[in-house]
Formats: sequence, C-alpha cells, structure tokens
Amino acid sequence: MMNFPIISSLILLPSIGALFLFFINSKNITGIKYVSLFVSIINFLISIYLWLIFDQSSYEFQFVENRVWIKDFINYKVGVDGISILFIILTTFITPLCILSVNSSIKNRLKEFLIAILLMETLMIGVFCSLDLVIFYLFFEGGLIPMFLIIGIWGGERRVYSAFKFFLFTLLGSVLMLIAVISIYWIAGTTDVEELYKLGIDPKYQNLLWLAFFSSFAVKTPMWPVHTWLPDAHVEAPTAGSVLLAAILLKMAGYGFIRFSIGLFPVASEYFVPFIFVISLIAIIYTSLVALMQDDMKKLIAYSSVAHMGFVTLGLFTFTQQGVEGGIFQMISHGIVSAALFFSVGVVYDRTHSRRINDYGGLVNVMPKYSILLMVFTLGSLGLPGTTGFIGEFLILMGTFKKSFLVAAIASLGVILGAAYMLWLYKRVVFGELTNQKLLKIIDLNKVELSILTLLALSIILFGFYPDPFSNTYSVSVENFLNEYNDKLNNYNLQNQ
Amino acid sequence: MINLFYISTEIFLSLSILILLLIGVFKKKSESFIYNFTCIILLVGLAININLIPQFPIDLFNNSYKIDYFTTLIKSVILVSAFLVMLCSLNYVKQNDILKIEYPILILSSILGMLVMVSSNDLIVFYVGLELQSLSLYVLAAFKRDNILSSESGLKYFILSALSSGLLLYGCSLIYGFSSSTNFDLIYQNSESIEYGIIFGIVFILVGLAFKITAVPFHMWAPDVYDGSPTSVTVIFAILPKIAALTVFINFLYGPFLEMFDQWQAVIIFLSIGSMVFGAVAAIGQKKLKRLIAYSSISHMGFALAGLSVGTNEGIQNSIIYLIIYLIMNIAFFCCLFMLKRENQYFDKVEDLSGLSKNHPLLSLCLMIILFSLAGIPPLAGFFAKFYIFTAVIEQSMYFLAIVGLLSTVIAAFYYIRLIKVMYFDEQKEKYDLNHSIGLKMILVISSTIILIYFINPNIINNFVLEITLI
Repeated sequence: MMNFPIISSLILLPSIGALFLFFINSKNITGIKYVSLFVSIINFLISIYLWLIFDQSSYEFQFVENRVWIKDFINYKVGVDGISILFIILTTFITPLCILSVNSSIKNRLKEFLIAILLMETLMIGVFCSLDLVIFYLFFEGGLIPMFLIIGIWGGERRVYSAFKFFLFTLLGSVLMLIAVISIYWIAGTTDVEELYKLGIDPKYQNLLWLAFFSSFAVKTPMWPVHTWLPDAHVEAPTAGSVLLAAILLKMAGYGFIRFSIGLFPVASEYFVPFIFVISLIAIIYTSLVALMQDDMKKLIAYSSVAHMGFVTLGLFTFTQQGVEGGIFQMISHGIVSAALFFSVGVVYDRTHSRRINDYGGLVNVMPKYSILLMVFTLGSLGLPGTTGFIGEFLILMGTFKKSFLVAAIASLGVILGAAYMLWLYKRVVFGELTNQKLLKIIDLNKVELSILTLLALSIILFGFYPDPFSNTYSVSVENFLNEYNDKLNNYNLQNQ
Repeated sequence: MINLFYISTEIFLSLSILILLLIGVFKKKSESFIYNFTCIILLVGLAININLIPQFPIDLFNNSYKIDYFTTLIKSVILVSAFLVMLCSLNYVKQNDILKIEYPILILSSILGMLVMVSSNDLIVFYVGLELQSLSLYVLAAFKRDNILSSESGLKYFILSALSSGLLLYGCSLIYGFSSSTNFDLIYQNSESIEYGIIFGIVFILVGLAFKITAVPFHMWAPDVYDGSPTSVTVIFAILPKIAALTVFINFLYGPFLEMFDQWQAVIIFLSIGSMVFGAVAAIGQKKLKRLIAYSSISHMGFALAGLSVGTNEGIQNSIIYLIIYLIMNIAFFCCLFMLKRENQYFDKVEDLSGLSKNHPLLSLCLMIILFSLAGIPPLAGFFAKFYIFTAVIEQSMYFLAIVGLLSTVIAAFYYIRLIKVMYFDEQKEKYDLNHSIGLKMILVISSTIILIYFINPNIINNFVLEITLI
C-alpha cells in the first residue's frame, strides 16, 4: 500500500476528470456538474485520507515519489511534509465548493469553466507538493493559463484589462525566478529541494537568488507595491475565480517563501528581514486605509487580502516558532475566510448584479440567514477570538514582538484598521434602512449557497476554537525547519568570524 | 561508387525532379498528379535518408561533402517538415490557382539545395546548395504572379537576398584568400593564427547567413515577404530555410571557425539579443497574422542563436531541440491559418479570429495551445524549448543574455495572449468553412497534441538530439 503513488494520483485525478469532461456533450449540464463535483470530492477524500495516514511526529518529507523525468537533468519528485499537506487539504476543500457555486454565477460555457477549474486544482496541488524547483516552476507558472481564461472569458466588464494585467505581472515576476532556478542547477548541481536543503547554497550567491525568487513571490503574494493586479483581477473574475485566487493562488507565494526563499537562502533571508518588515508594514497599513475608501465590495475584500498577506510575510520572516506557525495558520485561515467572503459577495451579486456597497443596506430585513453567516465571516476576517483569524494574527504578533516591539506595535494598528473596514462594510451592507427598492424582492440563500457558506462558517468557528488538528500537523516540521535555519545561519556566522 | 551510395537521397531527389519535369511537359493537366507524387517522393527520400545514418562520419568527394549523424538528422527533419507542409497546404494551393507543375518541382529543388547546404564541407559546395535553394524560393515567393503583393515580395526577396549572397560570397573569397583553401577542415587547420582577413570573412559570412534566418538587423525583408507570398509559400519560408541556414551556422561556427570562438561569439550574441527584443516589440502593433508570425519567427530565431552563442555541445543540442519544437509550433499555426477560409477566400487578419471560440471550439483550442506554447508558458513544449536554451546559456554564466531573453518573452507574451483574447473574449463573426482535407486536420490535431503532452516524456524528442556532439 505504501508504494501506491497517492500524491501523483491527487495531482492527476482532477486532470483526468477534466479530460473526461472534454468528451462530454456540453449540453449535458447536469452530467458535467456531477462529474466535476464527484471528481473534486473524491480528491478531497483522498487528501483527508492522506492527512490521516500522515505521520505527524516526523519532519521528513513523506510519500515521496522520485522518477526520472528529463534524463540526467531533472527528476519528477513530489512529497509532503507537515506544512504542505495543509495547503493541499485547503485546495481540495475549496475546489468542490467552487464547483458547487457555479450553479448561479456561470451562465455560458459551463463545461470549459469546470475544465479550467479542475486543471487549476491539478496545478495548485502540484505546486504544494513538488520537491524539485523545475517541477515547482512548471506548476506555478502553468496556473497562469487557466486563470487567465477564467478571468478573461467569464469575468466582468473590464475583464480583458484585468486578465492581461494579471498575466503579464505574474509572468514578469516569474521569469526571473526561472533564471534563478537554472542558476541553482549550475551552482549546486541539482534542483532537488531535499538535496539542496542538505547541501546548502553558497552564501555569496544567495542575495541575488533570493531577490529573483522574491520578485516572483512578491507579485503573487501580492506585496506592496506590486499588488495592483490583485484588486483588478478579483473584481473582474467570476465568483469561483475570485475564490480560487484569494484562497489558494495567493498562498502559493506564501508557501514559496517558506519552502524556497527561507529554506534555501537562510543567509539572504536574514539579510533582507528589515526590507520585508518595512514593505509588510506598508502593505498592512496602506492597503487597510485604501480598503476603507472602497465602494466596491470585492475591491474592499481584495485590499483586505493584501493586508492579511502582509501579516503572513511579517510572521514568516520573524523566524520564531510562533511567527512562522502564525504565518501558516493565517494563510489557512485567510484561505477559508476570504473564500467565504467572496462567496458571500457572489451570492448578492448574482441577485442584483451590483457590487457597489451603496446599492445595499438593510439586507438583514430580507436575508436573515445570509446576514448571520456574513457576520461570522466578517468577524473571522477581523480576527475575533474564537475564529481562525484570531489565532493567526495573534501568533504572528507574538512572534513579531520577540523580534521588534516597534514593528509589532505598528502591525497591531493594522488589526484595528481591519476591524474598522470590515465592520463598516458589514454595517453598510446589512444594517440600516432598506432603501433600494430592488432589494425588497431579493430572496434568501438557496440550499446550495446555504450549505457552502455554512460549511465555511463551521470550519472558521471549529478551527478557531480547536486549532490542534492544524497546529499538530505543522509544529514538528516548523520546529525542524527553524532549527535547520538557525544551524545554517550559525555556520555562516562562524565561518565569517 | 561507394561515394554515390551515401548521397542516394540527393541523387534520388534530383532524378525525381527531372522525371517530374518531363512528365509535366509531356502530360497535359498533370498538376495534381505531380503534387501528390512529390509528397510520395519526399516520404521515399526520408526513408532512404533514415537508412543512411552512418556509424561514423563519412567524407566524400575529396572531403567536400560530409555525412554524419547530425547532417542526416537535420535532413530527415527537413524532409519530414517539407512533407507536412505540402500535405497541409494542398487545398490552399488548389483553391488559389497556384497549382502549376512548377510549384512542387520548385519546392523539391529548393529542398535539394538545402540538403546540399546541410552536408557541405566546402565553401563552393555550400554556395551552390544555397543558391539552388534561394533561386527556387525567389520564384515561389512571386508564384501568384497576378497578385501585386506576391510579385513585390518575390522581387524584394530576390534583390535583398542577392545582396546578402554577394556579401556571403565576398566573405568566402576573403576566407579563401587568407587560408588558401575552400575546404572546411583545411580552413580550420590554416587559420590557427588569428588574422584580420579571416575575421572579416567570418563577419561577412555571418551577415549573409543571418539574412537567411532573418536575424536582426538583417530581417527587413521578412515581414513583407511573409505577408506578400501565398500562405503556402510563407509556411515554407517560416520553416525550411531556417532549419538549413541554422545548420549551416552550426557547421561554420563549430567547424572551420571554432578556434575563432572569442571573435564570433560577440556577433552571435548581438544578433540573438537584437532578434529576441526586436521581434517581441515589433510584433505588438501588427494587424495581419502573417506579419505577426514573421516577427515572432524573428524573435524565435534569436533564441535559437542564443543557444549557438554559448559554444558548448549542450548549446548546439538545445538549439536543435528549439528548432524542432519551433517547427512543430509553426506548422500547427499555419494549419490554423489554412482553416480560416470562407467560400474559397482565405483570411489572415487578427480581427478575423474574433470570437472564433464560439463557432469553432476545437480549432481555437488548438490555436490557443499553439499560442501559449509560442509564448513559452509551461507546461507546453515552447516553454521547454526556451528552458533548455537558457540552461545552456546560464551554464556559461551569460546572465545578461538570459535576462534580456526572458524579459523579451514577457513582451512577446503580450501579443500572443492578445490573439487569445481576440479568439476567446471578443464578439463572434461569421462561421468559417469546415470542409478541410483530412491531412490538414490530422496535422493540426497531432502537432497540437505533441505540443500539449511533450512534458510527459521530453526524452522522446531529446534523445534524437543528444547524440549530436560536434566539439
């Protein structure tokens, strides 16, 4: 049983599903929906099974598969450790929900849309479990194609502009990473991540390589000042596209920071800490202020994503147990919360075709169920104790306090601003008088929407009170990760004395 | 006699040309027959050629002609792509009234010229092959003689190409003057001490060859000639002479001029950077697909040259892989162009692609795969082509070339995805015809599939190329 290539089947299954969809007649809408839903749920169950048989007491990569791919050059190597497995589960958890949500939001070319979503799932899972830099790059960049199409074909009015901006920004960041990957191959003789962890990379190259990787991850995270593609892409993408973007695509970069930037270039990472701290703080404060001024709901949530990802980078680069764990937890939490928020916006957008906050108000009178669930998500986003958002932000701030009081104090302001814009959004949308006549006829959540949102709300509250399933999974890996990091740094310092 | 055995491919092609000419003269209305027969001849030639792969390099005719694994591989690639080009342009040729007996015969003779070029080991043999190839292509470019654009492109191509041939010939004579031989091996031996005459000669030869593969700054003719010629000839221009000329590049640079590596490397890097950047920037404003693909091929040749500039076996191998993937993508792209027809009228403007995905989902899916691959987005074949090139480039620490090249792919990505935008995001137009020949459909589907699934096992194509060791 141990020889069964469980990771590869996780990666391949959605693609096989997509291939299967390709041959179904596009008029058979129910068939298409059920097939894709079935495939994605099976994938979710496999990933849960993977989590159950995953050995949490070991920091080693598990279920590793290593095959020759390009002869004498690159091996196809995949595997998971305590950090990556959580992102895989996040991916397989969010994808079926996206597929469920297409019922109301996608009117034309449903088959192609679901094929794109399933291909996206393959690529996203691939990113989180690849243990070879080239394989990682393939999956990381391959995601551009389906996402470009999702935004461009099924998006809103300015979809072309947004799709191009998304595509070119990300591509520009990534080509530098490609150069770095190839350079690593010639410097260290391999692109195998495990080998590279052992060998280490010569510190004199690390700063440049780190910057090359950073250029790619910074665009994808997105960090200030290259975040401008995100609000556009979010606003124009269809609901399921926004959800995938916010919940998973952004996490690919955060994961990349842990696995590659910090893991491979410890010396450079330490060197660039002040830089990361400064732009993370700018991201947190500046984008929170920008979010306050938005009159478009999706844009507001997009800017809040930038701010939340600023917390993530802040936490990761503290190199403390709490900070890194907090960064990982914040990513998972933001994956669930932002997905939920975008689903919620999608629900009202499908009914009124408006994303403007001013068009709403008093929804609590007509959509009570919706208002309750949106409350949970708002509180989750602003980090109320008892929700997942709190644990992430709290751990990050704790880790940051160890490093620098000033940075932590400024970052804490971001928490307050977060509460301000989220609560103000909630107030303007849900409370108040029902002034817009269109809203009188609006109907409350249907069964599918209710089940999607309830599932997300439950997981926000459940893991907010009981984060152990997650923290147990990653704590050993993070601990070992930081030990290795400190060892390498000490070695370097010893050599230089 | 043993000498003649090794060049049986060339002999077979020349005899077939003569026989076809006779048939054409004596038999009325034999155009279709000759066209189909030419396809068969190409296949037979391919079969002969594959059986001739020698165990070790063979020199013929006083060492002026050489047959080895590399030349045989390239000849096979030329013959296969010529066959595919003939097959996919059949309907176009018929409907545009250019199916004359000369058409397939001219293609055959230009291919014969290419085969001679590839195998040549002597300046004179090389020049004869080059001229045979070029002269046939001048006529082909102007083949639609009633069409003013076609005549113009033929004339333009002829004049500029003659100029470049002159430069090339001048370079050859300089080389001969300073090394006292026209034989590649003797030039190599005699040119150990670096003389300015030889360096001048190399530069002139490189200029002449750069003209043939449309490297910047010798690219000016390409967009006009691509645009003016009949599409069935444009596809030949885009593929066949480039394979042959790039091979000659390799033969020259890594043969007689290997010692002069430091001297010519800067020239090649300049050509490469110029082509990559210019091709990417100039294509943005194009409104016609054929002009666009002309600029795109300029940029692609820049990448292939980047592989040649590193001076290692990996560089050469990766250039060849690049070339093979490039020709698959280009054949597939032109298949799509051949399918854009309505009532015997062919379309080649960007706006004609508008909303293609609604009426022709499969065609636009294939075209989308091809375009993403041309842009070099993983996991498609075009990405690997670039990836290999830059692996070789970065091995020699030529970071500037690598960074410029990859940034130019980002610029180039813009116009490729603009086409995808036109196909997928814009309003639909009238339907195009669906009655395409089976050959055309097969080639499009198979080549797009190869592009799409190349990543599953890249070794299948790579293994052919990895046996090439020139240094």
